[in-house]
Amino acid sequence: MSGAEPGREAAVAGGWELVVGLEVHVELSTATKLFCGCANRFGDEPNTNVCPVCLGLPGSLPVVNAAAVDFAMRLGRALGCEVRPAVFARKNYFYPDMPKDYQISQYDQPTSIDGSLELAGGHVVGIERAHIEEDTGKTTHVGGGGRIHDAAYALVDYNRAGVPLVEIVSRPDIRTAEQARAYVRELRAILLSIGVSDARMEEGSMRVDANVSVRPAGSGELRTRCEIKNLSSLRSLGRAITYEARRHVDLWSSGERPRQETRHWDEAQGRTTPGRSKEDAEDYRYFQDPDLVPLSPSAEQVAAIDAALPALPAARRAELLAAGAGAVSASDAALLVERDQDALVRAAVAVGADPGLTATRVSNDLAVDDWSRVTPDGLAALIAMETSGRVTATQAKQVLAEMVEAGDDPVAIAERRGFQAMAGDDLAATVDQVIAGNPDEWQRFCSGDDADRKKLAGFFIGQVMRATRGRADGAAVNRLLQERAEPA
Amino acid sequence: MTALGVAAAVAAGERTARSVAEDYLDRIGAGDGEIGAFNLVLTKEALADADRVDAALGRGEPVGPLAGVPVALKDNLCTRGIPTTCSSRMLEGWRPPYSATVVERLRAAGAVIVGKTNLDEFAMGSSTENSAFGPTRNPHDTSRVPGGSSGGSAAAVAAGFAALALGSDTGGSIRQPAALCGVVGMKPTYGRVSRYGLIAFASSLDQIGPFGATVADAAAGYEAIAGHDPLDSTLIDQPPEPIGDALTDGVEGLRVGVVAELCGGGRQEAHLAGTDGSAASGVEGVAGDVLSRVQDAAEALEQAGAEVRTVSVPSAVLGLSAYYLITSAEASSNLARYDGVRYGLQVDGANAAEMNVNTRTAGFGAEVKRRIMLGTYALSAGYYDAFYSKALRVRTLMLAEFAAVYEDVDVLLCPTAPTTAFELGAKTADPLLMYLNDVCTIPSNLTGHPAISVPYGRGDDGLPVGVQVMGPALSERLIFRVAAALERAAPGDGSTA
Repeated sequence: MSGAEPGREAAVAGGWELVVGLEVHVELSTATKLFCGCANRFGDEPNTNVCPVCLGLPGSLPVVNAAAVDFAMRLGRALGCEVRPAVFARKNYFYPDMPKDYQISQYDQPTSIDGSLELAGGHVVGIERAHIEEDTGKTTHVGGGGRIHDAAYALVDYNRAGVPLVEIVSRPDIRTAEQARAYVRELRAILLSIGVSDARMEEGSMRVDANVSVRPAGSGELRTRCEIKNLSSLRSLGRAITYEARRHVDLWSSGERPRQETRHWDEAQGRTTPGRSKEDAEDYRYFQDPDLVPLSPSAEQVAAIDAALPALPAARRAELLAAGAGAVSASDAALLVERDQDALVRAAVAVGADPGLTATRVSNDLAVDDWSRVTPDGLAALIAMETSGRVTATQAKQVLAEMVEAGDDPVAIAERRGFQAMAGDDLAATVDQVIAGNPDEWQRFCSGDDADRKKLAGFFIGQVMRATRGRADGAAVNRLLQERAEPA
Repeated sequence: MTALGVAAAVAAGERTARSVAEDYLDRIGAGDGEIGAFNLVLTKEALADADRVDAALGRGEPVGPLAGVPVALKDNLCTRGIPTTCSSRMLEGWRPPYSATVVERLRAAGAVIVGKTNLDEFAMGSSTENSAFGPTRNPHDTSRVPGGSSGGSAAAVAAGFAALALGSDTGGSIRQPAALCGVVGMKPTYGRVSRYGLIAFASSLDQIGPFGATVADAAAGYEAIAGHDPLDSTLIDQPPEPIGDALTDGVEGLRVGVVAELCGGGRQEAHLAGTDGSAASGVEGVAGDVLSRVQDAAEALEQAGAEVRTVSVPSAVLGLSAYYLITSAEASSNLARYDGVRYGLQVDGANAAEMNVNTRTAGFGAEVKRRIMLGTYALSAGYYDAFYSKALRVRTLMLAEFAAVYEDVDVLLCPTAPTTAFELGAKTADPLLMYLNDVCTIPSNLTGHPAISVPYGRGDDGLPVGVQVMGPALSERLIFRVAAALERAAPGDGSTA
């Protein structure tokens, strides 16, 4: 949706190609945690949703939450993965917010492998794996500006410890920063549509790490990559990739080479800074967790998951575009699917509403949480009133707003409000009055260049709207203005 | 009096649970200063438990099968609000907010918990000398060890401090001390008893089991704790068979195999074979007097109508090496949580990492540190395949060989421990020598199969000898049956101290 990508241009201009793979951690929105019965809820008083199991107290044992496994398998199937028998493994490392000092994850036998994700623009990104693991607690460093090294002390909230996560690892198929953002947007749309996560980057329920490298354009090689962490928004993701790509190109171009390492994105400084290098990377000593039994999804279970999967965003966009027969824009389609309003638009179109106008009206003017009172028939009736010129665009927006609140028939709302588009001689007379009342502006409108004319058209339309209390159709006013400026 | 005798007397109103508890607490008060079986005696709690049992009886309410039976718990079983230490400085001051499932089950059966017993720190050891609180002594001879790691529980039953006790068995930690203390000790099939609330040593082998002065007592203890628990996902999803009348069934027609490799035959010296196949030297095999008692036991079974033959399980000699790799690997992960952050010991440092190091350095004893290092190494990148992965293959091989042997015989017979109780300090300087104590018990842990140790006569030094009966998975009924037959045939010199 945005324009040219500076990162890509910089990389490609020098004959370099960007190679990015993303690791996305998603918190599953199950009622309870992955291995115990504690509530899985964001924002509660710290350390209130804890028990011996998620605190890793001596003697406690994990028991896997069947709902979390079901969510993970649903996600796997939505990403086109093979869902297979899986084994939980322990990833061993010390950190104060990890109660057992190992994280229960999946290693060489993950639940889902070999899928793909098609971006809104058509580019396909391979999915290597999607595995289940538990989240850690959350550490807050206090004092010394909140930085780890000079903090006075740290507070740990274990409410998050044991929350179910799925880590989705893409193949290094992403070639631009915009594709990376589109991948995350698309993944989020899928997560929301299958109902397994609220996928909020700002709350940390969706966390993205980017593996970035560059290579000479057209070569198939994979060069040393850096893993960028602390990407808390789509904006950070795009900026960090762009920065990192340029850093790699600069290094390679000057005869140096990047070190394989974890790097930290500094949003304020707009740069990445080095973290752990591969040499001092931890050895996680993975081994099968003896406290848990392997997961063995049956063919019936997988078939039931497939049967219950809703239409996915890519399919829904395609359906909407087909229903629009060229009149619905790709960006409107993406937005409508993201907001779950594509079915409403398609239903309205099915009963005769103009596809382009319906898509525009809904995407621009129905950005509300609860639009359940707007029915396809009501929406189609409103669009018909607008296309027939019975109400103006401004009036249509007001009627729509009232439909959201009251759910009435748009014809009744328009009548009650006395809405009727002013047309013909009445409108022409009003336009003439406004021109007469603003001679200077009119003079400049008639003699100015295109930019002036556009600006002043806005001014005159606004004046006419004011005089008619919104009952004029802006497009009709504009036509009258143009006719008067250049009489035939 | 036996545990079942106590339960019958209490249920019949011949004794009050309180008077029984007082008797046992008095014995503990008089004798445990010398033995050191207990880390903690729960005088107040035991009397309160006993009073509850008496009150229930007074109201005519049903009481459980262990009504009023004084039970000792190995101190790696969590007890709500009561210190649970694993005999380690690391857990100083920690009071679990919950009780182990087995503890809840014992209470529901009417048992009275009299105390928490000493063990080798985190159950790592074979003599109960690796305890932060000092060793436990063998009631038969206080210059000797009681075996381990559940030495406190075995000694408590042998000394009459408790009618029943629970231990945990990862490589023989119930059976070997039972043998050395002259009591019955039994390890159930892996997955038969809930591990919830047992502080883990090596999760894929740990199993809780009973100690009793008699086979019938041990069976009653086993029946009270076995069965499904939603809190442990490794449990077998199938209700346990009652033991009941199996104890009097006799062994007529049963096929009994004596394992050659665990009876001084075969390559005893190869128990600690290196990864290159070379053998460690200078280790002793099974002592002659112990072998004689096993031979006596085999003959007794034959006389009782069993068909006894010698069988071979070649991989049994690899068990010890595989065991120390697997258990140490799992322990290195299980014990990572003792980091000073949330509970137990905390020794300050300049930052979290330093506090972690300082806490673990001060909190763990030498044997625990040795196993954590061994296990960390065995799981490390570049060594995993050579050590941990190879040990898992030995385990698979052993399962296959035992399965083949159980095609031909119903149960297996061998010594429980290579020697009778040894002197305190005799093996502490040589960890490998100490590890050899478990050579006969380890195979059942690696296969997950049940096994039981029964006292059978005395060694040349006059100390008790235990013989071990092993069976295939879920054969608890069968091994209790054979153990009962051995108990009836055993030389009648009384086995408890």
